[in-house]
Amino acid sequence: MRRARDARPDDARSHLAPALLPGGPHIIDPDVDLHDPAQRAETRPREWDLLVAMAVGGVVGAEARYGLSAAVPHADDAIPWATVLINASGCLLIGALMVVLLELARPHRLWRPFLGVGVLGGYTTYSTFAVDAVRLIEQHRPGLALGYVVTTFAACLVAVWFGTVGTRVMAGRSRSAAPDDEVEAARR
Amino acid sequence: MIALMVALGAAVGAPARYLTDRAVQSGHDTLFPWGTLTVNVVASLLLGGLVGAGAQVSPTTMALVGTGFCGALSTFSTFGYETLRLAQERARFYAVTNVAISLVAGLGAAALGWSVGAALV
Repeated sequence: MRRARDARPDDARSHLAPALLPGGPHIIDPDVDLHDPAQRAETRPREWDLLVAMAVGGVVGAEARYGLSAAVPHADDAIPWATVLINASGCLLIGALMVVLLELARPHRLWRPFLGVGVLGGYTTYSTFAVDAVRLIEQHRPGLALGYVVTTFAACLVAVWFGTVGTRVMAGRSRSAAPDDEVEAARR
Repeated sequence: MIALMVALGAAVGAPARYLTDRAVQSGHDTLFPWGTLTVNVVASLLLGGLVGAGAQVSPTTMALVGTGFCGALSTFSTFGYETLRLAQERARFYAVTNVAISLVAGLGAAALGWSVGAALV
């Protein structure tokens, strides 16, 4: 049950495992009364740096999306190819990123919040995809709406798969790591 | 000005996605990624409302709340990665269900928001 959650791209908490933070503020302190919520909060590691990394990454990703969308405009009754490209490329990159972060490298704790949650999360969008699909229906183009939805889902799921497999191949790891290996890597 | 509004919205939206996802995922103990579904549906509802309201929404507001906040609050990359993980973890039923629910709830929320936005103006 814990497996998938341990390896989720935006789960920065795995980096906060007590064993990874020797001498951190969570170490049991007899002066802290754990029954008092305010004092109990002091035992949690500070997360402000994670949130700042996500915010900065989110700005970078959103500006890239905004720039690409502006560069490739689309009519209300046409498929927004810029959004297809954005979401598919973001999925390709998250697949590659997660292999690098979980299997190939021992990343600093801020890389995953910055690149995964921030940049790629801010770059890709579900809301624009959903609203543009509804807009095509509203423009009496149900066939195009269906084509847009199918194209986006197919492209994104193939892209995220290709991102993981392709990165492993390029790294010389032709065999997929077993899920247990990934979890082990995430806990390092 | 527009680019600045996009940045401000995104700076709030991305951490809000993480915090919402964490709150939702800590509230249940299944493999299903309810957290990502939640942020995507909420963002689709909100953006649908803005677009439905049409010309009543200024370009500045659309950039701040629509392109910036809703765009950063929602995510396709995490949705794609979680779906792949479910498919690879011998939880294919969850993977297919995730795609189906995201599609129906996301487009449904966008259509609902659009109707409400259009009715309010």
